[in-house]
Amino acid sequence: MKRFTALYTTLDQTTKTNTKVAALAEYFATAPDDDKLWTVALFSGRRPRRAITTTKLREWAAERAGIPLWLFEESYPIVGDLSETIALVLPPPARDHDESLTGWITRLRALDRADEPARRAAILDAWDQMQPHERLVFNKLLTGGFRIGISRKLMTRALARATGRDEAELAHRLMGDWTPDTTSWERLIEAPDASADLSRPYPFCLAYGLDETPPEKLGPPEDWMAEWKWDGIRGQLIRRGGEHFVWSRGEELMTDRFPELARARDHLPDGIVIDGEIVAWDGAAPLPFNDLQKRIGRKTVPKKLLKDAPVIVLAYDLLEENGQDLRETPFHTRRAKLDALLKDLPPEAPLRPSPQLSFTSWDALAETRAGAREARAEGLMLKRRASPYHAGRKKGDWWKWKLDPLTIDAVMIYAQQGHGRRANLFTDFTFAVRAGNDLVPFTKAYSGLTDAEFRKITSWVRKNTLQRFGPVRQVKPEHVFEIAFEGIHESPRHKSGVALRFPRMKRWRHDKPVDEANTLDDLHEMLAQYG
Amino acid sequence: MVLEFRPQGIYCPAGDFFIDPWRPVDRALITHGHADHARWGHGAYLATHAAGPVMRHRLGDITLDGIGYGETRRIGGADVSFHPAGHVPGSAQIRVEVGGEVWVVSGDYKTAPDRLSEPFEPVACHSFITECTFGLPVFTWTPEADAAQQINTWWAENAAQGKFSLLGAYSLGKAQRVLSLLDPSIGPILTHGAVENTNAVLRAQGLVLPDTIHVTPDLAAKDHPGALVLAPPSALGSTWARRFRPASTGFASGWMRLRGVRRRRAVDRGFVISDHADWPGLLEAIKSTGAENVYATHGYTDIFARYLNEKGYHAQVVPTEFTGESLDATDEDDAA
Repeated sequence: MKRFTALYTTLDQTTKTNTKVAALAEYFATAPDDDKLWTVALFSGRRPRRAITTTKLREWAAERAGIPLWLFEESYPIVGDLSETIALVLPPPARDHDESLTGWITRLRALDRADEPARRAAILDAWDQMQPHERLVFNKLLTGGFRIGISRKLMTRALARATGRDEAELAHRLMGDWTPDTTSWERLIEAPDASADLSRPYPFCLAYGLDETPPEKLGPPEDWMAEWKWDGIRGQLIRRGGEHFVWSRGEELMTDRFPELARARDHLPDGIVIDGEIVAWDGAAPLPFNDLQKRIGRKTVPKKLLKDAPVIVLAYDLLEENGQDLRETPFHTRRAKLDALLKDLPPEAPLRPSPQLSFTSWDALAETRAGAREARAEGLMLKRRASPYHAGRKKGDWWKWKLDPLTIDAVMIYAQQGHGRRANLFTDFTFAVRAGNDLVPFTKAYSGLTDAEFRKITSWVRKNTLQRFGPVRQVKPEHVFEIAFEGIHESPRHKSGVALRFPRMKRWRHDKPVDEANTLDDLHEMLAQYG
Repeated sequence: MVLEFRPQGIYCPAGDFFIDPWRPVDRALITHGHADHARWGHGAYLATHAAGPVMRHRLGDITLDGIGYGETRRIGGADVSFHPAGHVPGSAQIRVEVGGEVWVVSGDYKTAPDRLSEPFEPVACHSFITECTFGLPVFTWTPEADAAQQINTWWAENAAQGKFSLLGAYSLGKAQRVLSLLDPSIGPILTHGAVENTNAVLRAQGLVLPDTIHVTPDLAAKDHPGALVLAPPSALGSTWARRFRPASTGFASGWMRLRGVRRRRAVDRGFVISDHADWPGLLEAIKSTGAENVYATHGYTDIFARYLNEKGYHAQVVPTEFTGESLDATDEDDAA
């Protein structure tokens, strides 16, 4: 555990990629296999089941620290991290320990079967053997969050350095449905890869945003292919060994969430992996993301939802055919194979090719892009004809060319402090539009300002708070922000009657007084036009 | 009331003076030389002899009278005396007695001793106006020796890798305290002008600090390999700091106890060294005054006062125009 804590501390202390990779590689070269396996698991979001509620942890920590619970709760938002707050309020440890990471995880999992007094005793006992840094890590194990800026790419790079294996191969090995219980370090990383796991997806090839770059910079248009950029869930549909599997881009196995995709088995032969977008489908075009979202959180889907928002896969790439990995094949060839595979599918099949958009000049493509909203897309994807299917994000071959966002000028009315790096800063805001003399809240936004702007607005909020509701402060309606968003939908759950997709603060409109902010009518007009 | 709270600051009607006022007044008693306590523009100043030179250095030509620790002076109908606060060299708590009733204004204070400041002395009183910059149970300091070891180890590792160690510390108090903890055998110590000027003032008062080299515009960084460079925090990301490359950056402050704050500062290392009392220190100090009435100022005042009330004190929040909660002030040259 001490070695893992040292690793965590180093990773947490630096923003430099090289230092992170070096620390991880050193760890992977020296730690015991069980600990390494757990480390890979934890940093890729595979954590042990939460044995204890955070409510209990707060109570026990406050009790052990000899402070009232309310004081603990007041401290938490200032620290910005629950595990850290607990680690800091506890008295210094009475003794030391030399248990390994795996050892502690094993102990924690055993608590699953223990009653509450036994759990409490075990946790207090553990805290009492650890220094604050170690407690922090231990609490992260308990509460299940290891978000410390270790991307998959960074971890595979470190693994490659420590093991001498190829990075892309390692990335593939880490995909899929394993846990430390179902595999070993040897099997996961070192054994000759038998591709034993039928469900294992390929690492997703990711695109960069074109943003300010004009597409002309990409070279002759004939080197490129274009398709709509859909607003759904990126996923891989895997057909192997008589079964099918659906993976999201977040590497979540979603097979059961989308039962209608099971019918793909009837239409696809074995040994196929398709990359595409899962969308809710009205028979001719995708439904808004909102409709799809209703299904995401559900393990079982009620009949009505299945009927109202049936999903299909809009397929845009073929990664495996006849069990053969096609990723090194040029994109235009993969795409041709995909089209051939799907061309005779009946309309009731739960997948169809995402159409190719032909173009002969960048100007012509720009015109096509302008029509994305009508096609219920959020822009275009540009893919180099000759490109392989890269593992992860690689600049140059795949580009997102999104529509400019919609914008509206809104008034800030509530503010709340952020967490973690943004603790003690007001970063979470609620915005309103004008309706006569009233202000009607319609969206929250958290991002888009610089650190300096967040600091500035934070000190303003402190001086201009009208009322507090727990952590939320109502502030003087004085500042106007330009809110950018990707889509707008009707939403009866919101007072304004609308819900926005990806709202963020584009600009702080120092130049605009509140009475020049947009109105509820403006918002409803946008709903009518783009909703 | 012996003391009351006015828009200009803490006021004593019996003596017609203010303590650490934030707006210009005729007569100001000053606890210590940090900019949020010793402001410009007052008619006459009174501070400890030890605090005087820094105030003159910072505020220029002011009408300043000095007073020794423990010396009582009659001002109007009030007896006032200054007592060590342990915050920075020369810092004081101010005791005010009117008709047998005693109030103490803590200024900023630290209960744990360091190698430079006059150690904190509790002063018995009826009412205590206390700062509470770190008035939350998450703030407890480890012994100074731990931080000293961390800094020296960091410095030695950087030096071994051919890197400069660029350390941010407020120029009055924190910088000198850090200097007192450094092991000069590791390498040369360079200082930013703001730090060096304060060093000069304090050295002239007899404070012993290790040798330092003032970073002047013509100083060649490469002539001082492996140096530790001490600068005010604001200089850390500036063009001034760019000559010291490659460098590892650090920041010495009580706020470094919180990971979120350290990450936001984007420094490589945070060292938890504070010139303020930690949570146990605050509670202990309040208890040892024997005060029944406690006024909380500068910090997490609402939370702190609520806790004190639960503990049986009669605690209130000082109404203050100084609205910045303390974390805001970490960019300035004086806090924490």
